[in-house]
Amino acid sequence: MKRIFKIAACLLAAAAMLPLASCGSRKSSGLVGAGATFPLPYYNMAFDAYKTATGVAVNYGAQGSGTGIRSLADRLVDFAGSDAFLNDEEMKSMPAVIHVPTCLGAAVLAYNLPGVKELRLTPQLLSDIYMGKLDMWSDPAIAAVNPGVALPDIKIFPVYRSDGSGTTYVFSHYLSQVSEEWAQEVGAGKALKWPAGMAAKGNPGVAGNIKQTEGAIGYIGSEYAFSAKIPMALMQNAAGNFVLPSTESISAAATGDIPEDTRVMITNSASEQAYPISCLTWLLAYQEQSYDGRTLEQAKALQDFLYWMIGPDAQAMTVKVHYAPLSPDMAAMAKARIASMTFNGQPVR
Amino acid sequence: MFRGLLYGACVLVLLLCAAMVYSLVSGSWQAFGQFGFFRFLFSAEWDPTVGKEEYGAWAFVTGTLYTSFLALVLCIPFSLPVALFTGEYFKKTRIAAVIGSIVDLLAGIPSIVYGLWGFYTLCPLMKSWGLSDQGFGVLTSSIVLAIMIIPYASSLSAEFISMVPNELKEGAYSLGATRLEVVRTVVFPVAGSGIFAGYVLALGRALGETMAVTMLIGNTIQIPRSLGDTGNTMASVIANQFGEASGLKLSSLIAIGLLLFIITAVINFLGKLIMKRQRGR
Repeated sequence: MKRIFKIAACLLAAAAMLPLASCGSRKSSGLVGAGATFPLPYYNMAFDAYKTATGVAVNYGAQGSGTGIRSLADRLVDFAGSDAFLNDEEMKSMPAVIHVPTCLGAAVLAYNLPGVKELRLTPQLLSDIYMGKLDMWSDPAIAAVNPGVALPDIKIFPVYRSDGSGTTYVFSHYLSQVSEEWAQEVGAGKALKWPAGMAAKGNPGVAGNIKQTEGAIGYIGSEYAFSAKIPMALMQNAAGNFVLPSTESISAAATGDIPEDTRVMITNSASEQAYPISCLTWLLAYQEQSYDGRTLEQAKALQDFLYWMIGPDAQAMTVKVHYAPLSPDMAAMAKARIASMTFNGQPVR
Repeated sequence: MFRGLLYGACVLVLLLCAAMVYSLVSGSWQAFGQFGFFRFLFSAEWDPTVGKEEYGAWAFVTGTLYTSFLALVLCIPFSLPVALFTGEYFKKTRIAAVIGSIVDLLAGIPSIVYGLWGFYTLCPLMKSWGLSDQGFGVLTSSIVLAIMIIPYASSLSAEFISMVPNELKEGAYSLGATRLEVVRTVVFPVAGSGIFAGYVLALGRALGETMAVTMLIGNTIQIPRSLGDTGNTMASVIANQFGEASGLKLSSLIAIGLLLFIITAVINFLGKLIMKRQRGR
């Protein structure tokens, strides 16, 4: 009995030492960020590699985009991660903030239809399904865009997220763009008043619900769907092509008409090969880096890190964890944003 | 010294409770101020769209009450026999101890395990029996809830049943009563208030259950019209939407928490009142 106590005491002591030890090794040169959970698997991998390559530790608290932006506004962090760009009002309430896109993702449509290997959907069909206007998979409107596919005569069960989510925002933002009716009656948001369907918590919840229910269809974050190898529908994009979501077709969505500050939703992209329900995720930092007694070294460390995130080493990692890399155009724009960082009005480098 | 400790513990619990009520009330102030208490309670509208935000708790209140009371009804045919078995018929035998502890073990299973069981086993069954279109819904969650609350109802009931004085039962036997008659005319009336207390406790557990219900009820914000219909409960909407909520929505979710607090308190109060009356008779 005594021995057990001794072992327990040793373990406790070791556990108590752990945070101390990690604190000790973290020098003041480390970077701190907070924000979006969506790109977390990619960030974890990239930040880890960055530490190995340069010795600079990056701590990232994945507490949601909103929390990240608040932390940046309160100057608790060096940078924030966000799935949504700051709107004009938010931009006005803070000193100039640069948006650095790091990778892309999408909302893909997973389905459970026995015997159906390939499903094509148009924006109109998708909107009608989620408005509750289409009841059956055998509906002639669906058959019309799926020639040669034996659609079963079962009910359609749309599935959506019960928790507030950036994926829901991207999905509903897309529907608001392609359907006047959706824009009028439902709109875009992280949580919505859904006209039809059933709800489940998180990507795994939605995926599980679809797997359990014949006739179910639902939107899932691409990073989750790709790693789980779930059957996905082809979406008709703005150019009229039916496109399967893939890291290539998602990257293709961020081409063409992108504003200089990269603050843009890339849903319903005009690009021919683009998957239409795609989205960017950003790292946010202050353009003017001399605030709250920050040093030039800190500014340089942050700038180096941001350059590295959009560089070839980090971008090559995106596909490993099922995100889409930045297109060359996009990477060039991101680079220009980072180069615009200043310290006391002078360029950082 | 010991006395002081006791007083301290009691005061601390009271303070904690008061602090909880205070933070719930202050957090929900904005929602009640915007919509009014009764309009918020009785409105089934839940529209988070920016610009036309409108929140009401009625869909969640009905979902919570439906699932909890249905679970209570469903659990009676199982928990009452178990209580009689362990507390009366096989009192103090080994088999009663085994069954009693197995049933108590049900209380120790994490609710996520119940949820997963319901998700992977019960949902397909509900579909194949034709009780529900998609397997999820009020009935599915009530069945799982019923299993979860059996131990709360049965172990307390068994305790009270076993405490019925032997003299009373022997008296009834000596008058020629059968075992069933003894149970009906002596055990139930004497242990009645205790058994009732067990069910009130079980109902309280059902009202607050979150995880398993969230996985099984379908999370659609509507008043369920049938047993196979999907719905939502107060606890599960809070669990689902609290993370990304802010402003008026956050306040509305806290207001739902306050309502759940009030409902649980009212049910406990009514339970105590009924018990008192029974004892007084």
